[in-house]
Amino acid sequence: MRRALASLALVLLVVLEVGAALAQQDSRRSGYDHMSPATQAMQGDDTQNPAMLFVADGESLWRQPAGPVAKSCASCHGDALTSMRGVAARYPAFDVPLARPVNLGERLNLCRVRQQKAEGWRAESPDLLALEAYVALQSRGQAITPPDDTRLTPFRARGEQRYRQRIGQLDLACAQCHDEHAGKRLGGSTIPQGHPTGYPIYRLEWQALGSLQRRMRGCYSGVRAEAPPYGAIELVELELYLASRAAGMPVESPAVRP
Amino acid sequence: MPMSLADRPDDPDLYRRGVLRAGGVLVALAVARPVLADANELKAAIAAYTGGRETKPGRVTIDVARLVDNGNAVPVTVRVESPMIAADHVRAIALFNERNPERDVARFALSERSGRAVVSTRIRLATSQQLVAIATMSDGTLWSGAVDVIVTLAACIEGEG
Amino acid sequence: MARALITVPQDAKRGDVVEIRVLIAHPMETGFRVGADGRRVPRDILRRFTCRLDGEVVFAAELFPAVSANPYLAFPLRADRAGTLSFTWEGDGGFAQTETATLNVA
Repeated sequence: MRRALASLALVLLVVLEVGAALAQQDSRRSGYDHMSPATQAMQGDDTQNPAMLFVADGESLWRQPAGPVAKSCASCHGDALTSMRGVAARYPAFDVPLARPVNLGERLNLCRVRQQKAEGWRAESPDLLALEAYVALQSRGQAITPPDDTRLTPFRARGEQRYRQRIGQLDLACAQCHDEHAGKRLGGSTIPQGHPTGYPIYRLEWQALGSLQRRMRGCYSGVRAEAPPYGAIELVELELYLASRAAGMPVESPAVRP
Repeated sequence: MPMSLADRPDDPDLYRRGVLRAGGVLVALAVARPVLADANELKAAIAAYTGGRETKPGRVTIDVARLVDNGNAVPVTVRVESPMIAADHVRAIALFNERNPERDVARFALSERSGRAVVSTRIRLATSQQLVAIATMSDGTLWSGAVDVIVTLAACIEGEG
Repeated sequence: MARALITVPQDAKRGDVVEIRVLIAHPMETGFRVGADGRRVPRDILRRFTCRLDGEVVFAAELFPAVSANPYLAFPLRADRAGTLSFTWEGDGGFAQTETATLNVA
């Protein structure tokens, strides 16, 4: 009888511990969770999402020949629905010739210059963003999967260092708002955790599509710090760290955000 | 019952409160003038649209988030109770705002072919304000609905791109 | 030509009231904004939207600067008969664009 009770107690203990472990699950939240139902509906419905206008542009660009040899993305990569599946979820990734990580937009531009021999797009150009949105869409629903690549380690470490470093006249680090105070309010808005799950996003504040670098540069301005220029290694390193911080979270691209 | 200035004029706290109260009244008047001006402009815009005809409150509902995420793109749905048959339907819906640079937001034309009187769009709201929708029925009668919306600015004001 | 996305339900049965959704890429420049050079950016908006079924107007909208960029409209239509839907946007700077879609009715 005592043996049976002891066994029961042991089973209960195990069950409770497993329960506690499950409850301690993922406390990470996408910015989607802080949006009003109306804005969530705007993202969740492809017939309503303004970003889908630009995805349609991106689809056209995918098939559009460019450069002196008149190659399109499709010429080498075929149907994006298959060839680009999961690609966005693995960026930023290491680029051998540049010997540094590049984000998805930079990769698209590099392909355009190196393979299509066409003139590269400037940062935040509508065409580049549209193509990026189209390619990123092909990873929607997939888990963010940073590459297991040791060449990225020093860059990611610097990204994390920058994430925790106080900057600007307001002397704030990313970590203070997005780790310590995430979920609380700043003005009328809820502070998100800052996971790059939906880029490029249609941001209502911009009334346009924009990249993660644009968003981060906005944050630099927000703390009254000088924002690194588009394409700066500091920004890609931050992107790399943010991606590993969000590893496993589903891609939502192209998302809508306030 | 709060004491007035006259009661205990040599009490510094009461005196301070009295001055603040008087100042408060002045401030309230200064703030109230622009608000009243906007409300009057809204009335005038609606009157211009309706031609001064009687407008009954009712049958019109404006579906909008009471606290919007961002004033640049606020989803709005206007619904009007109506059988939407040839003999009795909504001909037009006009949407007005109180505090944007212009009162008009959008005007919609429906018919008995519409089947239902419901229209959705996304609008810009410069600040917290009232929205008013006026529905014109096929028999010429006018109905209205109104809603108050709170709009806050983005917390982090960023520079150009 | 601005990019437009049109959604017309394909499974309508006779008498159903369907919801048609249209989205078009356009900045809807209000005319109230001041640009980086300190000068007012001139107004450039879409002013009118018309939906016709086999030539007959079934819905129309007059748009003002208060309508958001990349304007979205959702409006009802009773599916009495199949036909060709046309969607026309007109606006500042001589903007005029028409898209078509088929309304199928079971």
